[in-house]
Amino acid sequence: MTATASQSTKTMTMVAAINDALALALARDPAVHIFGEDVGVMGGVFRATDGLQARFGVERVFDTPLAEAGIVGMGIGMGLAGLKPVAEIQFAGFLYPALDQILSHLGRYRHRTRSRYHLPMVVRAPYGGGVHTPEQHADSPEAILAHTPGVKVVIPATPHDAKGLLLAAIEDPDPVFFLEAIKLYRSVKEEVPETYYTTPLGKARVVTGGDDVTVIAYGGMVEVAQKAAEAARSHGIGVEVIDLRTLVPLDTETILSSVVKTGRVVVVTEAPRTGGFHSEIAATIAEEAIEHLQAPIVRVTGFDAPYPPFTSIEDVYRPNPVRVAKAIRQVLSY
Amino acid sequence: MPQPPFQAQAAPAAAPEAPDETLQLIAPDGTVTRPDRLPDPETRVRLYRHMRRVRHFDERAWVLYRTGRMGVFPPYGGMEASQVGTAAALTPDDWLFPTYRDTGAALTYGLPLEQTIAYWRTSPHGWAMPQNLKILPFYIPIATQYPQAVGAALAERRLGTRNVAMAYIGDGGSSEGDFHEALNFAGALNAPCVFILQNNGWAISVPTHTQTRARNLARRADGYGLPGVRVDGNDVLATYQVTREAVTRARNGEGPTLIETVTYRVKPHTVADDPSRYRSEADTAGWDAKDPLTRLRTHLLQEGLLTEEEDHAFAREIEAEFEAALRVADSFPEPTPAEIVDHVFAEPTPQLVRQRAQLLAEEQA
Repeated sequence: MTATASQSTKTMTMVAAINDALALALARDPAVHIFGEDVGVMGGVFRATDGLQARFGVERVFDTPLAEAGIVGMGIGMGLAGLKPVAEIQFAGFLYPALDQILSHLGRYRHRTRSRYHLPMVVRAPYGGGVHTPEQHADSPEAILAHTPGVKVVIPATPHDAKGLLLAAIEDPDPVFFLEAIKLYRSVKEEVPETYYTTPLGKARVVTGGDDVTVIAYGGMVEVAQKAAEAARSHGIGVEVIDLRTLVPLDTETILSSVVKTGRVVVVTEAPRTGGFHSEIAATIAEEAIEHLQAPIVRVTGFDAPYPPFTSIEDVYRPNPVRVAKAIRQVLSY
Repeated sequence: MPQPPFQAQAAPAAAPEAPDETLQLIAPDGTVTRPDRLPDPETRVRLYRHMRRVRHFDERAWVLYRTGRMGVFPPYGGMEASQVGTAAALTPDDWLFPTYRDTGAALTYGLPLEQTIAYWRTSPHGWAMPQNLKILPFYIPIATQYPQAVGAALAERRLGTRNVAMAYIGDGGSSEGDFHEALNFAGALNAPCVFILQNNGWAISVPTHTQTRARNLARRADGYGLPGVRVDGNDVLATYQVTREAVTRARNGEGPTLIETVTYRVKPHTVADDPSRYRSEADTAGWDAKDPLTRLRTHLLQEGLLTEEEDHAFAREIEAEFEAALRVADSFPEPTPAEIVDHVFAEPTPQLVRQRAQLLAEEQA
C-alpha cells in the first residue's frame, strides 16, 4: 500500500517516522511489545520510543536489565509464546553479546522445529557512522546478520521507507533486523503519511534513473551515492542509484535489470571491506550478468579495521561522495 | 487480550528452604527421612512408573546406537529422579525448555516415544514438537534456553494465564553468561519461571570443583534476589516436592525459583565419550548405591505400594510400548535433499526458491 496525494501527511524526520510506526503498531496489535535498555521512561537514547510507555503502559513498553543476550533471548521466548516482540539494541555495535541467541536460535527456530514454532520478532538497532559517536557505537554489522540463515535484514534510507518498512517488519512472521543509520535519524525530513502503511520487504527502490552507471547502496550510504550521482549528472553522466532497502530478501531482479542497462557497477557501504554484503552483491552480478559488464565492479567501502573513533579522520573511513564519484569515473574509464 | 496480573517490580517470595540444606525425603536405602513432606501414595507410584519408563528408554537408546539404529545420544541414566521429579510437576500448558541431556524430562512431560526416538535419529519427524505440548527441541548450545524461558514465562503473564516456564541446565551451563542474565531478568521482571540446575558433577571432562569455586550452586540465586533450593537429585520424591512448590509459587505470581538437584552423571557424556580418560571407576561407584530407581522401588515395596509381580508386569508393559514406538519410528521416511531449504521463512526468499529448484534438479538428474 502506498500513500496517495489525498492522504494527510506530516513532515517527519526518520526518528519521528520510526516513533510513529511503533505507536501505530502498538495501537493496532495488542501482541506488540517494545523493550530494551532505556526505551521506557527515557524513550530511547535517540528518542525512537519517546512517549510510548506513557501512552501504552509499562507492560507494553518496558525497560530491561542491561544485557543484550538477555534481551534477545527473552524476546525469543515471548515470540514463541505468541507475542510480537520488538526489541531495541541501543547500538548495533552492542549486538555482539547477543550473537549466540541470534545465530543459534533466532534464525533457526522455524527450521529446528519444522515450523511448529516461528519467531515474529523485530530487533531494531542504530548503526553506522558519520556523527562522531564514541568508540564501538558506529559499527555496521549487517553482513554478520545477513549471513545468518533465517533472519531478514532491513535498512531504510528515508523517513517514508523507515515507517513503511518497520510496519512491514513487525507484520512479518519471521525475525527481522531493522538497522537505522544514526546519521539519518534527524538529518533528513520528508512528507510521510500519517496513516498505517507498509512497504514490502524484498523490493529495492530506484532512487534516480540513469543509463551509464549503476550505484548500489543502502541505509546511510544512499544519500552519499545520491550526492555523487548529482555531481556526475552535472558532467552529463547518467547514474542509476539503487537503494536496496532490504539485504535479506535481496531484490536481485532490480539490481540485474539495471546492470543489464548500464554495464557498469559501483557498490557502496560503510562496513569493512573484506567479506561484506557488498561483496555478495558483486558476486551475484558476476554470476548472473557478467556478459553485460563493461568494467570490473568497484566497491567503495570502509577499511578492514575497526571503525575509527577519531573525529578528525572518521570521514576518511566512511565513504563520502568524492570517493563514490572517483569510483564512478573508474568504471567509466575502464 | 485480558489485563494480566503482571507486576514488573513485585517483591520476590522468601526462600522456602534454608539454602544450605539439601532436602531429602527418602534415604538411599528407601527409609523415609522426612515423613512430613512425602507426596501421596498415588504420586509416589506414578513417579516410579515414569522413572522406570525413562530408564528403559535410556538403556534401549544405547543398544540402538551400538547397532546403528540411533544417532549420538547423551545418556541420563542415574539422573532419572532429577528429571522425572521436576518435569512431573508441570502440566502440558506449561513450558519445558530441555537441554540435550533431558530426554527423561521430555518423556515425563509427554513427548511421544516415537517422536523422541526419531529426534535422536536426526529424523525431521522428531523435530516438529507436538502441537498440544509446549516443549522445545533439546537445546544444544548451553544456557541459551534460559533467557528464552523467561520470555515465554513473561508472555504467559501478559496473556493472562497462570502457566509457567521451566528450563533445565547443568552445573557447567551455570557458568555461562546467559544463565546469569536469565536469573537476573526473571527476578527483575518477576517472571513465572522455574530454573532447574542439575548438578551432575561433570561438564564432559571437567568436574564441578574445577568448573567453579562455588560449592553451593543454589546459592547463586541469592545474587538475583530469587529463592534458591538445594535438593537430593537422586530422590524423586524430594525433587518432585520442591519443584511442585516452586511451580505453585510461580503460578501465584510470587516469582521465579532456582532449584539445584544434586545428582551424578553415572554414564558418559554421550554414547561416543570415553569417561575413563578423566575419571576413575571409584568416582562413580558410590553413586550406584544412590540409584534413584532402586531407592524408590525399595520404598514402595516396603510400604506395600508395589508388589514384585506388579513391577514385572509393568516392565513388560513399557518394553512393549517402546517396541511399538520403535516400529512407528522405523516407518518414518528419510528426508529428501530439498528439505534442507524448507522451514527457513514462512515465505521462501527468491534466493531460497532458486536453491530449492537446484536441489530438485540435482535430485532428478
